[in-house]
Amino acid sequence: MRRISTFFYGIGQGFAGLARNRMFSLASIATMAACLFLFGIFYIVLANFNHMVREAENNVGLTVFFDEGISDEEIEEIGNKLRKRAEVSSVTYTSAEEAWESYKAEKLSPEMIETFGNDNPLKDSSSFTVYLNDPEMQKNLVVYASGLEGVRKINDTTEISEGLTGINTVLATVSIIIIVVLLLVAIFLISITISTGVSVRKQEISIMKLIGATDIFIRIPFIVEGMLIGLFGAGIPSAIFFFFYDNMTTLLTEKFSSVFNLVSFLDKNEVMKVLIPVTAAIGIGIGLIGSNLTLRRQLKKIAVKE
Amino acid sequence: MDRFDLYRAETEIIDPPVILCENVTKDYVDGLHAVKNLSLQIRKGEFVFIVGSSGSGKSTLIKLLLREITPTSGIIMVNGRNICRMRSRGVCKLRRSIGVVFQDFRLLKDRNVYENVAFAQRVTQVPRKQIERDVPRILSIVGLADKYKSYPDELSGGEQQRVALARALVNNPVMLLADEPTGNLDPKNSLEIMRLLEEVNRRGTTVVVVTHNKEIVDMMQKRVITLNKGVLKSDKKGGYSHA
Ligand SMILES: Nc1ncnc2c1ncn2[C@@H]1O[C@H](COP(=O)(O)OP(=O)(O)OP(=O)(O)O)[C@@H](O)[C@H]1O
Ligand SMILES: [Mg+2]
Repeated sequence: MRRISTFFYGIGQGFAGLARNRMFSLASIATMAACLFLFGIFYIVLANFNHMVREAENNVGLTVFFDEGISDEEIEEIGNKLRKRAEVSSVTYTSAEEAWESYKAEKLSPEMIETFGNDNPLKDSSSFTVYLNDPEMQKNLVVYASGLEGVRKINDTTEISEGLTGINTVLATVSIIIIVVLLLVAIFLISITISTGVSVRKQEISIMKLIGATDIFIRIPFIVEGMLIGLFGAGIPSAIFFFFYDNMTTLLTEKFSSVFNLVSFLDKNEVMKVLIPVTAAIGIGIGLIGSNLTLRRQLKKIAVKE
Repeated sequence: MDRFDLYRAETEIIDPPVILCENVTKDYVDGLHAVKNLSLQIRKGEFVFIVGSSGSGKSTLIKLLLREITPTSGIIMVNGRNICRMRSRGVCKLRRSIGVVFQDFRLLKDRNVYENVAFAQRVTQVPRKQIERDVPRILSIVGLADKYKSYPDELSGGEQQRVALARALVNNPVMLLADEPTGNLDPKNSLEIMRLLEEVNRRGTTVVVVTHNKEIVDMMQKRVITLNKGVLKSDKKGGYSHA
């Protein structure tokens, strides 16, 4: 009973504090929102990036090319050997004609195709496309397949995915640094907000103390105030992401269709499931840290008058 | 040891003093004693006046008893507990058992009379129903029932003083410390407040009143502790001491 009314008292007083201290509160909320917005952007980019790399690794298999003048039986045998491997999920054959047709369709203009007439410049480019169960096993298979008789060349995606992972790490490091700096600014602003709040209410607090209010009771309004700043700071970017994620991904897919026809964006729910709780937790956590850092010092100042 | 001493020794065991000061000294500034070597006892249910000229240390004594400040040396016991060594939880409990009327009232200017009195209950987490019952009752006792919506700035000094008194009494304290509770009141109102304090005292609350009001002290015929420059000058039942 007493706990519950204290809880509501705290919430009410927290809101009152925000209203009383409007300028600083807004500044703190804005900084927090900016910080968490950036955090959200970075999270969305990284999560999608990882998702796309994984998808690419799964979709784009190895391509195995053969020695010149190889016979159909030999090709058949290489195919059988590859299919027997545990890491291989499927093997499909692309003839030289098919390779040329799809190359023409994708890369060449009609005028350029004219110049080739009936020649097939890719006549030695029949190939196997090999899909794997697990992209991690790619290196193993490359070693095995290069050892097979009749295999001229293997195109694999190891390099691409390693390159992507490298970019990933750089991006993550930069974003973490920026986010940490912004979080420190947010903590600083919140602690200014709270200490202004305490000094405005100095007289009231000193009377509360002399009447016998407990320490926690005196703190609750300010702790709630800090938490509310965090919560609002988290709510704004969360709402933006929630309502505009789909628009954003649709726009990107349309603009860069050549990139995004191979890979797709993560599902909105998949992203929000992680992003919203993490954002809220960071917001509230920072609010708590910011207010608690100041409170101890500020309230001591009021207590000691000897 | 005569019979009187024996009697005192016995009652001390059965009924320890609510307030016990032993050699209490308080220096705000090094070497300047606001209170010096003060020893006194106040028993449960007593009504005590503390008098003395301005600057003699009366408010300092009140602040010491509330642990708003701590003594430079000496021991202060309230309800059998050494309040100088208390931790914050104990201090809360101590202050909840004491009602105080501050010499400067310390009302909250941004709240009306009702809220100022209710404040003492809200911050000690008294249930809302009880607040709604207690506040109007105490306001009518101090004669401010019709002013409950006024803000402190809209009240006369005497009215503010009565709000402060209501706030001190609303939680039914074990002990009431009142620093000049009649300082701004005319003789008739002063007398009314004193009758009220006497009534509170009759119901078992220990009452300590700091005052300059000679007529009141002479009329009430209670125990009078006289301070002079921080030193205990006299402690006897009766009227205002002229020394
Ligand atoms: N916070 C303080 N810092 C320094 N000196 C103080 C402080 N408070 C009081 N004093 C000094 O201590 C002495 C006692 O002050 P106190 O307020 O106890 O007097 P008092 O008996 O209540 O006087 P009055 O009747 O005018 O209220 C005075 O000399 C005063 O100047
Ligand atoms: Mg005084």
